[in-house]
Amino acid sequence: MKIIVCIKQVPDTNEVRLNPETGVLIRDGVPSIINPDDLCGIEAALALKDKHGGHVSVVTMGPPQADVALREALAMGCDEAYLVSDRVFGGADTWATSQTLAGAVKTIGFDLIITGRQAIDGDTAQVGPQIAEHLGIPQVTYAEEVNQDADGKALIVRRQYEDRYQMIKIKFPCLVTALSSLNEPRYMSVPGIVSAYDEKEVKILKYDDIKHFVKEKDIGLKGSPTKVKKSFTKTAKALGTLHEVPEDEAVEIIINKLKEQFFL
Amino acid sequence: MDFALSKKHILLQELYKKFAAKEVEPIAAEVDETEEFPVETAKKLAKYGMLGIPFSREHGGSGADNLAYAMCVEELSKVCATTGVVVSAHTSLCAAPINENGTPAQKEKYLKKLASGEWIGAFGLTEPGAGTDAAMQQTTAVLDGDNYILNGTKIFITNAGAAHVYIIIAMTDKSKGTRGCSAFIVEKDMPGFSIGKKEKKMGIRGSSTCELIMENCIVPKENLIGKEGQGFKIAMKTLDGGRIGIAAQALGIAQGAIDITVGYVKERKQFGKRISQFQNTQFELADMQTKVDAARLLVYRAAYHKDKGDNYSTHAAMAKLFASEISSDITRRCLQLHGGYGYTREYAIERFMRDAKITEIYEGTSEVQKMVVAASMGVK
Repeated sequence: MKIIVCIKQVPDTNEVRLNPETGVLIRDGVPSIINPDDLCGIEAALALKDKHGGHVSVVTMGPPQADVALREALAMGCDEAYLVSDRVFGGADTWATSQTLAGAVKTIGFDLIITGRQAIDGDTAQVGPQIAEHLGIPQVTYAEEVNQDADGKALIVRRQYEDRYQMIKIKFPCLVTALSSLNEPRYMSVPGIVSAYDEKEVKILKYDDIKHFVKEKDIGLKGSPTKVKKSFTKTAKALGTLHEVPEDEAVEIIINKLKEQFFL
Repeated sequence: MDFALSKKHILLQELYKKFAAKEVEPIAAEVDETEEFPVETAKKLAKYGMLGIPFSREHGGSGADNLAYAMCVEELSKVCATTGVVVSAHTSLCAAPINENGTPAQKEKYLKKLASGEWIGAFGLTEPGAGTDAAMQQTTAVLDGDNYILNGTKIFITNAGAAHVYIIIAMTDKSKGTRGCSAFIVEKDMPGFSIGKKEKKMGIRGSSTCELIMENCIVPKENLIGKEGQGFKIAMKTLDGGRIGIAAQALGIAQGAIDITVGYVKERKQFGKRISQFQNTQFELADMQTKVDAARLLVYRAAYHKDKGDNYSTHAAMAKLFASEISSDITRRCLQLHGGYGYTREYAIERFMRDAKITEIYEGTSEVQKMVVAASMGVK
């Protein structure tokens, strides 16, 4: 089975700061990591490979600096790594990104694609599902358990909802988006890191390499229908009133406050 | 000249940090308190290739280098010096001499299991009457047919009890002094070999330190390392390498002590201020961090020269001398910044102070390191 995991390199922080002037993400001084949900995607792929055999490729679209994220994935045990990187991909929104990645995974070939649910910098949760749509393959999002079916032709996925879950059988080829509750990602290993740098290579995919599967009008800034009007960091409002009272009194205070403000 | 770490070493450091924070730090106080060898941690270290870092993959190792190994001991020792020395003694004192001097058969049989971490290793040189004066060995090895028969006692053996394999130095010809010493690979289950008294120590309390007793211990003659008479030379070279590990341990302890102290002084308030706002605190920590950085340069330089195949014995001695002495000094000063709380076992700093002291003593005292450095300067 050929598994491809799509990952994203993100700033290591939950509190992304924006430059108030330009509205652009401040990346200086913030170390980069593999997006946490994507790490679970890698683990899920490696666990499937450990159990049933197969081949795991990892793919990311990004600048040359994203190389280190791919090396980390190789050091965890992935077999191959692809960096989808070209100036013409720059300025892509989720739509253009998913078009590009769909072209890349089609070029590489796959039975199963795993992505993280969403990235901690953008929080859109759009790229995974969009890749499946572009490829015309079935998808299951919010996977919290992934097992291969006994006949080897499908996956059994437990899909999380807020108040329940669904067990879904999905035939290959397909796409699954991983939740961080799916598993505990393994560490890299020392020999894994040595091999990631000394033996394995990160293959670069430029637009020319994937052009059979994605149109030029669908990539980069011009392929991005999203127009950002304004980005800003929320400023703190005035401090609320603190009441240190027992629970039942607190309920009363809240109810009265809500009534006062016409919410009730 | 390039002071930057390679991308590979940066990623290795990231692995060590993550592993230390998640797997080692949470149980460090317990390991100290119970004085129990961290068996489960050793298994995890093996799983991720941290028990054979500088050895080739062909021999079961991870295929990295001595710098990568020193960095591992450093990161582990930042949170638990016991775990640091388990890796150091195993790698430098047992697996390394087999790697450097062993026959292909010895490497196949022993190095593979040691470098993969399936087996833990230890090294036995010190005796009750032969500490720094290592030439005064009383343990004997007599060839009898296909076996050597070993008799004698070794003391203060790190990893003893937990180890499957020991490098034992014994006299094959007492009349020749240090040239009558030989090195042997001894398995824990060989007849006549037993573990004696376990020491109760001031620090690194989870590391098992015991006596080894050999009473007509039968060791196959193919377990002789090198030739008869090369034992002392092998032991001294082994200790040169070991010093890089212990220097890295001392460095880690010192940096770990500073890290927790920086956290503490930013919280603790006295006279209406955080104590980090006092100039004394700032000057103390600035001075300590500068010394730790200097130690790190010495340790990495020693590892670099070993990796290049240069003669590194003076570099290793300097690294161990400096790193161990600043480690003792810095942990004491960090405890002082903690005040009364630092003296209680509620805070980790007292453990760091207890752990640091041994680095000035084992694998050659500070005085021995000075002898090595002075000799290299031609001062005699």
